[in-house]
Amino acid sequence: MYKYDSYDQAMVDARVEEFRDQARRRLEGKLTEDQFKPLRLMNGLYLQLHAYMLRVAIPYGTLNSEQMTALANIADKYDRGYGHFTTRQNLQYNWIKLEDAADILADLAKVEMHAIQTSGNCIRNISSDHFAGAAHDELVDPRPYAELLRQWSSFHPEFTYLPRKFKICVIAAKKDRAAMRLHDIGIQIVEQDGEIGAAFYVGGGMGRTPMIAPMIRDFVPLDQLITYSEACLRVYNRYGRRDNKYKARIKILVHELGREEYTRQVEEEFAHMLGQGVEPPREELERLKPFFADPVFEDGTKTVDRADPDFALWVDRNTHRHKHDSYVSAVISLKPVAGIPGDATGDQMRVMAKLAKQYSFDELRIMHTQNVVLPHVKIADLHALWTQLDAADLGAPNMDTIEDMIACPGLDYCALANARSIPLAQRISEKFDTSGKTEKLGELKLKISGCINACGHHHAGHIGILGVDKKGKENYQLSLGGSEAEDVSLAKITGPGFDEDGVIEAVEKVTDVYLDKREGEERFLDTYRRIGMAPFKEALYD
Amino acid sequence: MKILTGNDLKSGAVIWWDGENWSSHVDCALDVGEQGPEILAREEALRRVNVPYIIEAERTEDGVRPAHIKDRVRAVGPTVRPDLTLDPQNTDALDWVI
Repeated sequence: MYKYDSYDQAMVDARVEEFRDQARRRLEGKLTEDQFKPLRLMNGLYLQLHAYMLRVAIPYGTLNSEQMTALANIADKYDRGYGHFTTRQNLQYNWIKLEDAADILADLAKVEMHAIQTSGNCIRNISSDHFAGAAHDELVDPRPYAELLRQWSSFHPEFTYLPRKFKICVIAAKKDRAAMRLHDIGIQIVEQDGEIGAAFYVGGGMGRTPMIAPMIRDFVPLDQLITYSEACLRVYNRYGRRDNKYKARIKILVHELGREEYTRQVEEEFAHMLGQGVEPPREELERLKPFFADPVFEDGTKTVDRADPDFALWVDRNTHRHKHDSYVSAVISLKPVAGIPGDATGDQMRVMAKLAKQYSFDELRIMHTQNVVLPHVKIADLHALWTQLDAADLGAPNMDTIEDMIACPGLDYCALANARSIPLAQRISEKFDTSGKTEKLGELKLKISGCINACGHHHAGHIGILGVDKKGKENYQLSLGGSEAEDVSLAKITGPGFDEDGVIEAVEKVTDVYLDKREGEERFLDTYRRIGMAPFKEALYD
Repeated sequence: MKILTGNDLKSGAVIWWDGENWSSHVDCALDVGEQGPEILAREEALRRVNVPYIIEAERTEDGVRPAHIKDRVRAVGPTVRPDLTLDPQNTDALDWVI
């Protein structure tokens, strides 16, 4: 993985000291909250319901054991012994003190981490496929391109005050495991006539106005990747709305201009910029690639001893095919039955760090579905790995099942939320695990958001739940038919909302409709697409 | 009744105006009537509170109860982590929030 050079380290160290001075001035009363707020947000420090919250960037979700250990130590030393992995492949601490924040950033900087650009109207953490560099089906490892974009977008003076926040995703497989088309810019590395390039999708997103990004160019040569990205940003920065934050995202601009007109303007800007030397030298990309070179894989056993049924179930559900046939990628579930999705204690983080070092070439990945991946695990080591995960309450065999739901922090932590998300996740997980229905349902992606900002990706859930405030009471809208994968679609609301008990019952009813109506190997989503909303509505409201 | 709340500048902890100082217990919150804006301006200038605001609440047999669920969650702590709430022994806290 990428290692900071002296420039990277100097930039991050300087930022820590700058923030230390800003925090000191705030605590001494030399800065008002109005003056300080944009400064702290640029360093990922929010003020939430119970305390300050610090969001730490994990670039394209990749980190090593030393970094995971540092995150664990910060959780124990400065927080309350745990952290929350997010849908942007980041980590959030919920109980941070302002007077500790600069020291935490200094601890992060020691392991080449920071919280820069995890908030504010700038280019946020670049996200990617959590199986990047390991998956059997990818064209190339997308992470060198993600790293190039990270370096380009870090402290970019032109894009520090965009109309609104901006999220970029890079993948390199046909299968979309990163919700690529629900980003402001989704970049898919593709092959055309024997040459590798990038398809650009622009103007996707969730939030209050969900949109699927249309493709604006099917092939950009990789030595023009940054220039084309910059052209997309420039048109947005110039014409994106700044008068209304709810209409300020690039998706609104693309929608209002229309794909053709937005593309025309980008192409015009791109042509103008091509001669201006915006693109980093090709040597810089070549310098980055060795950081992401394959480890030395060894041939070994290709089969799993399935004598232990619990282990076999975990292998079936929580491992992913690797590009080397003696290895798999192993998914560590942060969704124990009735647990809090995405939370991990300091001790659990240290266990994951130790296991990554022992079994996965010192590498971990954070999934946007709030789980953790060990990308390169020998099949021969799987049982030993699973045994240790299980002992640490990290062995839940539930990837892509209804128990593997995404849930935002919701009203239990978040100042923006209207309703609690986590209790729903806990109750649904327990209900379906106890009834044994999880197994029958197979792949079923449930996503829960506590407000319209959609951090829980409810628009993209096979089943989505949105918490709203109805006259001071928590109420939940149910939606069906979303997908954030290569078959991307936006979920549709079923009808009137439910209270907490009612929405859990509603989830059960729609799964019953699926089990009754499905044909062959259909997933929930397939059945919904075949039969439509009517049978589900009938079960819910008649 | 009208009560004042905000977060402690240094720690970010939830605090409530008790008439003389800021308390971490909502039950200590004082009805400030129409004096809220004046108190908030003074206390914010003294850096004794961060991002303060006025909320509606009622005094019940169980103490002071903020009108909105968001402030009741703030008063208690995350409902999903009883161990991290102000009073982990209070098993009725969740009912009070909801």
